[in-house]
Amino acid sequence: MTFYTPIPDELKEYIDKWKLKKGSLIMILRSVQDYYGYVPKKICFSLAKELKAPLARIYEVLTFYNYFKTESPGKYKIAVCMGTACYLKGAAAIIKAIEDKLDIKESQATKDGLFSLENVRCIGCCGIAPNMRINEKIYGKLNKERVSEILDEYINLNAGVSSSQEPPIL
Amino acid sequence: MFENITCIKIGMSSCGVAAGAEELYQQLSAVIKEKKLPVELKKVGCLGICYAEPLIEVKTGDNPAVIYRNVNIETALEILENKIPSELVIDEDLEIKNQKRIVLKNCGKIDPEKIEDYIQNKGYQAIKKAILELKEEKIIEEIKKSGLRGRGGAGYPTWLKWKATKEVISLNNDGKFVICNGDEGDPGAYMDRSILEGDPHSVIEGMMIAGFATGAAKGFFYIRAEYPLAVDRVQKAIDQCYDRNLLGEKIHGSDFNFDLEIRLGAGAFVCGEETALISSIEGKRGYPRPRPPFPSIKGLWDKPTVINNVETLANTPYIILNGGDEYAKTGTDKSKGTKVFALTGKVKKPGLIEVPMGTTLRTVIEEIGGGIQGNKKFKAVQTGGPSGGIIPEKYLDTPISYESLQELGSIMGSGGMIVMDEDDCAVDIAKFFTKFCVDESCGKCAPCRIGTIQTLKILEKLTNGEGAPEDIDKLKTICHSMEKASLCGLGQTAPKPVLSSIRYFEDEYLEHIKEKTCRAGKCSFLKQESVEK
Amino acid sequence: MINAIINGIQIQVEQGTTILDAAKKANIKIPTLCKHPDLDPTAACGICIVKIKGSDKMARSCCTEIEEGMDITTHDAEITAIRRTVLELILSNHPNACLTCIRNQNCELQSIAAEFGIAEEPFEKILSEEKIDESIKTIVLEPEKCIKCGRCVQACQDMQNVWALSFVNRGIKTKIAPAAEFKLAESPCVSCGQCSAYCPVGSIYEYDETSTVWNALNDPSKYCVAQIAPAVRVAIGESFGMESGELATGKLYSLLKRMGFKAVFDTNFGADVTIVEEATEFVKRLRGGEGILPLISSCCPGWVDFMEKFHSDMIPNFSTCKSPHEILATLAKTYYAQKTNIPASDIFMASIMPCIAKKFEVHRSKEMYASGNQDVDVSITTRELVKMIKQTGIDFAALTDSEPDHILADYSGGGTIFGVTGGVMEAGLRTINYLITGKNLEKFDLKDVRGLKGVKEADIRIGEHDLKVAVAHGLGNVEYLMNKIRAARETGQNPPYHFIEAMACPGGCIGGGGQPRNVNDAVRNLRINGLYADDKNCKHRNCHDNPQIKQLYKEFLGEPGGTKSQELLHLYYRKREEYKSYRETDFLF
Ligand SMILES: Cc1cc2nc3c(=O)[nH]c(=O)nc-3n(C[C@H](O)[C@H](O)[C@H](O)COP(=O)(O)O)c2cc1C
Ligand code: SF4
Ligand code: SF4
Ligand code: SF4
Ligand code: SF4
Ligand code: SF4
Ligand code: SF4
Ligand code: SF4
Ligand code: FES
Ligand code: FES
Ligand code: FES
Ligand code: FES
Repeated sequence: MTFYTPIPDELKEYIDKWKLKKGSLIMILRSVQDYYGYVPKKICFSLAKELKAPLARIYEVLTFYNYFKTESPGKYKIAVCMGTACYLKGAAAIIKAIEDKLDIKESQATKDGLFSLENVRCIGCCGIAPNMRINEKIYGKLNKERVSEILDEYINLNAGVSSSQEPPIL
Repeated sequence: MFENITCIKIGMSSCGVAAGAEELYQQLSAVIKEKKLPVELKKVGCLGICYAEPLIEVKTGDNPAVIYRNVNIETALEILENKIPSELVIDEDLEIKNQKRIVLKNCGKIDPEKIEDYIQNKGYQAIKKAILELKEEKIIEEIKKSGLRGRGGAGYPTWLKWKATKEVISLNNDGKFVICNGDEGDPGAYMDRSILEGDPHSVIEGMMIAGFATGAAKGFFYIRAEYPLAVDRVQKAIDQCYDRNLLGEKIHGSDFNFDLEIRLGAGAFVCGEETALISSIEGKRGYPRPRPPFPSIKGLWDKPTVINNVETLANTPYIILNGGDEYAKTGTDKSKGTKVFALTGKVKKPGLIEVPMGTTLRTVIEEIGGGIQGNKKFKAVQTGGPSGGIIPEKYLDTPISYESLQELGSIMGSGGMIVMDEDDCAVDIAKFFTKFCVDESCGKCAPCRIGTIQTLKILEKLTNGEGAPEDIDKLKTICHSMEKASLCGLGQTAPKPVLSSIRYFEDEYLEHIKEKTCRAGKCSFLKQESVEK
Repeated sequence: MINAIINGIQIQVEQGTTILDAAKKANIKIPTLCKHPDLDPTAACGICIVKIKGSDKMARSCCTEIEEGMDITTHDAEITAIRRTVLELILSNHPNACLTCIRNQNCELQSIAAEFGIAEEPFEKILSEEKIDESIKTIVLEPEKCIKCGRCVQACQDMQNVWALSFVNRGIKTKIAPAAEFKLAESPCVSCGQCSAYCPVGSIYEYDETSTVWNALNDPSKYCVAQIAPAVRVAIGESFGMESGELATGKLYSLLKRMGFKAVFDTNFGADVTIVEEATEFVKRLRGGEGILPLISSCCPGWVDFMEKFHSDMIPNFSTCKSPHEILATLAKTYYAQKTNIPASDIFMASIMPCIAKKFEVHRSKEMYASGNQDVDVSITTRELVKMIKQTGIDFAALTDSEPDHILADYSGGGTIFGVTGGVMEAGLRTINYLITGKNLEKFDLKDVRGLKGVKEADIRIGEHDLKVAVAHGLGNVEYLMNKIRAARETGQNPPYHFIEAMACPGGCIGGGGQPRNVNDAVRNLRINGLYADDKNCKHRNCHDNPQIKQLYKEFLGEPGGTKSQELLHLYYRKREEYKSYRETDFLF
């Protein structure tokens, strides 16, 4: 098939295990996203073949859930919580601070691909609001200055590292 | 030096970790190892004292344990050296005064990753009793006596749900399911996450009880996308249960078989709604379905399905062990037991609390939450998140129950309780929740799909200083039609934040419209205008 | 039986009846928008809400089953006000484009807005910015007008199992579209048109080619001819106040002549040829000649498209006969042209079809140019013809009957039942019987293959052969049969059938994607009965008995299945991708 791309073994193993179970599409898509950082279109074609499911079936689910991304995100995915508790404690200003510092807008990635920014709903740490998450790590009790420090840590970590360090994209 | 300390517990819920508990744990364990100290270092779940994270609890000899707040490695070392930084000691009695811990009794006390800890605290006794002594009818009878109602929001009597599923005649038990609703989508709420992270076995045991009582042999945990730690802990707990034959076949030597599996959400608030959740477990778009038929009769893969909230299930082992009557001693006439709340917002001491039903809002906010931070004035409290409403000062003495909150135009909801002060604008808050519902509406039905965005448009006009006098009526008209004509609870309750804020703060709405001012100073038009002036 | 009260009226209905249907029994019409009588409720609009005593919620009557003792109110001031607001909300998300809309005066949303007397628009307009998708040139997707009722999705996914369309995104951003940003032409869409038959508004509709027909009619250099498919004659009347199933053959002949067609043919004639060819092919295969069994019918282009995309391993089983209108058109531009001395290149052939897939079929591959020109110049649907009639000002229902041009129009009963599910099978078996036994059947009606059951099977003894046959309509059902055949093949068993008829649309062409809307099984049955009545009244019930057909073979084609027929009347298949890039066209030229 024109669009067929082999599925990496590691993923394939997981998919083979799950595809025997009823209703496993979301779990499988999550594993794809965990692997690539997003759900690439080409993999959806292979998935459709693999699961004997129509592509439309995969896409209607993929586009329903917020968790799934169809574009490649930055190396560091910044997710600022815009849940109620965080909102009341000034999450909007946190987003603004990040936007200013990185010169991007929400749902965008920096040019060097290092950061991408999105707002998310409650990440469940409202007690220490306002919060953000960078990849898996959660940062609480934020203010403008702390945000700046935290971002600097990541920037310094990557100083000198070539920016084309891409995830295994197809 | 060091001699007396026997055990240190570190609160390691997601938020504890976020506040630095993980680093602290690493550092402390390194020190303990290096110095070969006879100290047991224990990871525990949430202690409920969010404002003071990271937290450690230190046990010295036979003395009562002491909790320290805002601990970092320096202070931790001081504590190890018995230099007690008294300003960091938390008065636990004060913290749990006014509270009663049934659901959270193990949270922050036991290591959630160790099944032994749970078993030592009477864990898995309830399911044993249920299987060997009570049998199906008696279990449902006890739940009925307890008066337990669903903690997921609507407060439907749990026993009725179970009974309905039990009574559907099914040829084999594979044909029924139990689902634990761990979607917890309400922004500003984290009760369920904390329970799953802090005491996962209590929920598993609850699911087993529900399964046994209704004749279901398979259970699903549906857990939110954003809760990796909860997923991890629940999975570990399930694995441990299988290792000890607490899950699987012939549990406690009986004919009861029960399997458990985790399914993850993928970011959709509507998937907390039970029928949408079912669609999601089936691997589909999270579209709600018309009810009736209710899931208890026709649910997952069209099979009878009990769906309960995490907290509801976590209550059931206690009820089975101590009897429904004992449980019913706590609470009000129609709302029994306790309720866990995530108290957040502008209070001095945000935290995870569990109070008896009937506790007043004032007690929660002023006594437990320590009142409003920064000498500001209380404005309102929001319960039930985007499905709930805001409640102003004059109703603070209302005892919390399903009915009382509903009367006030809000709902109990799952337990988010967000306190606002004078810096928060009623219109802005309504707009915030409406925006949330616009983003989270599944789009299946017109009243909600279009009603939410039209509501948002009007509220945006208001906060931009372009409001017109008829807008309030328009809002009410849209809201009314959404309440009545939306397919699922999301659309039916999405108007609550708007309607309740109009009900209690109409004067602020009018100010926005007529005077183009925002007394809280939140709304953008004001700032622009004042700059121009 | 359930007893309940609706607006104070005591009613008794069967268990499982919805409130909506129960209300009808009490002569109460609850307004609906998303519910289609032929489809499962999608519960999308919220217009059909009613009050049930004892509940402070309102229930959707289209999907709530009535229960014993329910006390229901369907209309009061509050309910009406809410319905009106919901409608206003829907309209706020919909363009005011009625004047230029294909569904003007024939639109469920427009009608309901008129019923409610919506006089103003209280809410801000919020319109989708999605572009029109005309890429496939059979159906058109105009997302701005979509009200997200979900009917097309049900048709395309559940009924047809094609999955070209689905809901994409959520909330206010929800749209109906093919997966992965593909255009329809790149999607698996087989142009069956069922989605367009169910769409309540002007959001999915047939690619309108009426102007092509008008232009040809106005072009003096063109010799315009037309043909009408079997299913058209029992449905078109519905748009002019006639009963479903009422035969309008004679009126159609008159009409087309009045419209300016120089000659009017009947696709039923083409169907007779198809059967003679296909039956011959079948008997050859049965007797161990070239080709394998089961033979699978190929006269439905929606099905052919589906087969090429999803079941191309069945190509060897496929009959190579073209569909009747293509056969007739080829003959018009060869046989008829020869006889009349009109250059084939001047002939403009318009097919009037129940079908949307034929818009694609007419140029699908080089065999569609067998006469040396494009055999069918344009294929329009029944609905398009209705529109043209309205433009002519002709009072269709009042037309008197007239005769077609007999050379390519006289037909047998076997030809006319092509339009119903099971008809091809029945006509085929009548001729197969003749070919095998040399005699005609005494009893023509083969009840086993008639009716609306999704998959019909029958055992039929012809001569010394016990034939197993099966009929499926609706692509979902067709797929079921294919899987059965495949399973037998994969396990090395004998094929479970000898002959299979497959039609893409539920009910066959009488339920085609281009037919007048508002179809349900009751309407389908009326249309079906109309064609069976036509069959009964035909002088010849067997395709091979049609004297014109005999003459055609004698004068022009020679043997059925002979060289000339092979050259003109047969076609070949190839595997196609489910999804393809728009640029990599695999058009066979
Ligand atoms: C929009 C919406 C979101 C919901 N979210 C949750 C949720 O996150 N967790 C939950 O337990 N129940 C949620 N519910 C309630 C569930 O539909 C259901 O009533 C509940 O899981 C039943 O469990 P219970 O009887 O134990 O409360 C939600 C309902 C609606 C309408
Ligand atoms: S909920 Fe509060 S106490 Fe519990 S872990 Fe989170 S921040 Fe700490
Ligand atoms: S009310 Fe909203 S969330 Fe619920 S079905 Fe309708 S559109 Fe979806
Ligand atoms: S779809 Fe209907 S309501 Fe919409 S513009 Fe067309 S005719 Fe008018
Ligand atoms: S209905 Fe009104 S707007 Fe439409 S054409 Fe007639 S007069 Fe004009
Ligand atoms: S024409 Fe048929 S296949 Fe194409 S989108 Fe419509 S229903 Fe689906
Ligand atoms: S395109 Fe038509 S049938 Fe499909 S959802 Fe939209 S309005 Fe309904
Ligand atoms: S069944 Fe008839 S109308 Fe439908 S696609 Fe096939 S030929 Fe066309
Ligand atoms: S609102 Fe931000 S973590 Fe809950
Ligand atoms: S374990 Fe964290 S909330 Fe209790
Ligand atoms: S809208 Fe913000 S304070 Fe009024
Ligand atoms: S007709 Fe019942 S919801 Fe649309």
